[in-house]
Amino acid sequence: MTTTLRALLGATALCATAGIAAAQDNVTLTIATVNNGDMIRMQGLTDEFTAANPGIQVEWVTLEENILRERVTTDIATQGGQYDVLTIGTYEVPIWAKQGWLVPLELGEAYDVDDLIPAVRDALSVDGKLYAAPFYAESAMVMYRTDLAEAAGVTIPDAPTWADIRDAAAKMTDKSKEQYGICLRGKPGWGENMGFITAMANSYGARWFDTDWKPQFDSEEWKATLTDYLSMMNEYGPPGASSNGFNENLSLFQQGKCAIWIDATVAASFVTDPKTSTVADSVGFAQFPNREGVDNRGNWLWAWSLAIPTSSDAQEAAQTFIAWATSKEYSELVAEREGWRAVPPGTRTSLYENPEYQAEAPFAAMTIDSINAANTQKASVQDVPYTGGQFVAIPEFQGIGTAVGQQFSAALAGQMSAEDALAAAQSNTTREMTRAGYIK
Amino acid sequence: MARATSRNARIGWTVAAWFVALLIFFPILYTIITSLKTEQEAIAGFDLIPSFTLESFQTVQSQNNYFRPFTNSVILAVGSTLLALIVAIPAAWAMAFSPTKRTKDILMWMLSTKMMPAVAVLVPIYLIFLWTGLMDTRIGLTILLMLINLPIVVWMLYTYFREIPGEILEAARMDGATLRDEILYVLTPMAIPGIASTLLLNIILAWNEAFWTIQLTTTNAAPLSAFIASFSSPQGLFWAKLSAASVMAIAPILVLGWFSQKQLVRGLTFGAVK
Amino acid sequence: MATRQTQGLARLMRAPAIILLFVWMIVPLCMTLYYSFLNYNLLNPGMTSWAGWFNYQYFYTDPAFFEAIWNTLVLVLGVLLITVAGGIGIAMLIDKPIWGQGVVRILVISPFFVMPPVAALIWKNMIMHPSYGVFADVARFFGASPVDWFAQYPLTSIILIVAWQWLPFATLILLTSLQSLDTEQMEAAEMDGAPAHARFLYLVLPHMARAITVVILIQTIFLLGVYAEILVTTNGGPGFASTNLTFLIYRAARLNFDIGGAAAGGIIAVVLANIIAIFLMRAVGKNLD
Repeated sequence: MTTTLRALLGATALCATAGIAAAQDNVTLTIATVNNGDMIRMQGLTDEFTAANPGIQVEWVTLEENILRERVTTDIATQGGQYDVLTIGTYEVPIWAKQGWLVPLELGEAYDVDDLIPAVRDALSVDGKLYAAPFYAESAMVMYRTDLAEAAGVTIPDAPTWADIRDAAAKMTDKSKEQYGICLRGKPGWGENMGFITAMANSYGARWFDTDWKPQFDSEEWKATLTDYLSMMNEYGPPGASSNGFNENLSLFQQGKCAIWIDATVAASFVTDPKTSTVADSVGFAQFPNREGVDNRGNWLWAWSLAIPTSSDAQEAAQTFIAWATSKEYSELVAEREGWRAVPPGTRTSLYENPEYQAEAPFAAMTIDSINAANTQKASVQDVPYTGGQFVAIPEFQGIGTAVGQQFSAALAGQMSAEDALAAAQSNTTREMTRAGYIK
Repeated sequence: MARATSRNARIGWTVAAWFVALLIFFPILYTIITSLKTEQEAIAGFDLIPSFTLESFQTVQSQNNYFRPFTNSVILAVGSTLLALIVAIPAAWAMAFSPTKRTKDILMWMLSTKMMPAVAVLVPIYLIFLWTGLMDTRIGLTILLMLINLPIVVWMLYTYFREIPGEILEAARMDGATLRDEILYVLTPMAIPGIASTLLLNIILAWNEAFWTIQLTTTNAAPLSAFIASFSSPQGLFWAKLSAASVMAIAPILVLGWFSQKQLVRGLTFGAVK
Repeated sequence: MATRQTQGLARLMRAPAIILLFVWMIVPLCMTLYYSFLNYNLLNPGMTSWAGWFNYQYFYTDPAFFEAIWNTLVLVLGVLLITVAGGIGIAMLIDKPIWGQGVVRILVISPFFVMPPVAALIWKNMIMHPSYGVFADVARFFGASPVDWFAQYPLTSIILIVAWQWLPFATLILLTSLQSLDTEQMEAAEMDGAPAHARFLYLVLPHMARAITVVILIQTIFLLGVYAEILVTTNGGPGFASTNLTFLIYRAARLNFDIGGAAAGGIIAVVLANIIAIFLMRAVGKNLD
């Protein structure tokens, strides 16, 4: 008995001093992730990882985005320690890192951290330290039907203005054939319609807050943004637009019902996929529009990223996993299995220099240009006290953004005027910001 | 003449009843049909005849192994119900056969414990689960589900027991039956249908609970509600897959319900019948 | 002697359930009460401070507050109306001598076995979706333009979904009640030439009063807490058109991670629910004894 005990104690001590190799023995990683296609693919490739790292077992918790966010936020804020790797976005990373909830990543030489696209890397770093590794990243751009544009005799320039878009949408609309000039997000939510409308407002020269954190919905720029958004959608948009989010618009576009769709760049690989899209051969791309005279194209940037909570008890193994899942080798693995088009986009410069990728992904150039152009440090041409592009990186934004999104969605559904929606947004946001202590 | 009309009436009633029944059942039926379609068919417009592919079920199964959440659902639903019965049967018994002035108040109070919105107490409960190490354990969730459904269990049993005529008890007592005999030979047989339907109803309620079972689990104890949450609103529209996952999540309880509906109905009166 | 002994035993038998429920009620309640007086945001746990009545005041002055209360009432009453009326109708229909009664009954009670989030997903995607839903297909078949249910009739849509889920419960209870109706009495009334509506009004309905009370009581408790269906379908919008009280608390707790605010909202909801319960007991409680 005593001998066994001593042996056990000895073994424990040995493990403690043996460093990385021993620490990885028989660890179970619990990884929380979103149920998007790229993550499900990663889940499918788990065996490759565990084969290379025999001491590590992997448990997946795959949840719908909103539920995942609730679960993970509650857990990390209460230091619950339920997860070892979290899938979070560019919104959470800076906020959580500042709270000291995330472990800074040390991914090693081979990882080639300098290969990460600078805009994305910046968005995931706080004080020069990387707190999350990007799994895939996106900006926003215009996707349009080249065949319809040709038939209507319009050309959409590579760097269009909102006037160009509106004009093109008008010409390509034919409601009798269920063909709608433009599809934009309308479903309420800070990550749904407000992602798009905030980017659009940025490109109109608007801002969420002035430097004293006073909401700016009473400004001319916001008024112009919302009125133009509403009139475009009312005149050329599909019916029921106020419940359309990314998914709904994706499927409308894939079925040939939208002439123009402005949304996240990841959509490009779906709409050009002949297996799911009926319009795969005739999709053109252009940059996110701007308003004449405003040097700003929305500054949309989002990266689903992998991070480690400080409450994790398997941080070493978690680092190993993250280094694998966001590596160049992982991209090659996916390319080998399913072709280059399926590789998670937007994270590494080397991918966009790869001729095979360029050949298979017609949207590659526009995607990287859009991502590179996104400035999340200063989203508006006016001075702002916050960071973040299509969102404001403060903890309160989820609530505020959703509340404002509901007002705008109600305006789109025709239940209130643009003025009323803006006024409600202004007073709501002022109230919340005062409560949170931003407005003194 | 009268016979003919009654026959005609019967046909009329039958048609009407079937129409209403199919209308109510339609969403479920359509989900089952959609689960047997390909993704393209699923959004291609109204069609009642699928291509009978099992593709979606296979994809769902390959993405998220069904059997662990299924086992968890069974354990949680059955476990919490049995636990609730163990606690509730004596209580309901006592309330029914030795009622006091406050019995009705106690019952109402019990029901009122269900009025606190779950979202409002999530953080306290979450913290308690963390402190006690119950997070993501089947035992923790079983206890929680038991507590959630306990008021309904007590209420159901109470109303059922109360309808057991007291004279029978007195007669048995006159015959010199002990309390043990009383319970074992007189009351239990009469109480079985009520207990059975309470059991069934609460298995259903526990199976369908989808707030706590998602918020307080990660992997080990996650039941089918969490399974569904991994298929709802993914990027892109995957309705055949979502339907398949939905069918997998509701099928066991649906089948149980169908087979036991007679037992379920018999005791499901909540004292409504006098 | 015997009675005292029985009383003691009865107390002992009641105790576990009462104690368990008491603990289950009091611990979260006290914690919630305590949190409701704190400035406590989950995302800023270091900044926790005493708030006094501020959370209550803040929740109460929320621009959506009164609309949410109104929506809660409309939701509860709407669902009750549909399920009770529909339940009576369907129960009477099933009670007729029809062919395939067992199967009909199975079909009718099936929605009760469907998890609320699944029910909401089915209705949202497969039935009410403005482009791909069955309703839209039906509308197009008749040459009408499809209705965007969740944008145009958000609260009605949610009432419809929730009512679909609870209709089986109401039907079952009302059916059991109907089947216990004295057939001789009915036949006698029929012989006397009482018309169908009179028989329904003076015989059937009074007989079912108790069952209706039970349906109202049990359902109200569940209906006050509806929020999963709202979250999946409308997210409370457009505007606040489908935000009920529970969803408002959800918003505070899970979007703003404002634990203090959500706790205050929870306390307010409990108080309001109890007021409703007292009214309910006054109004219909007589039927229960």
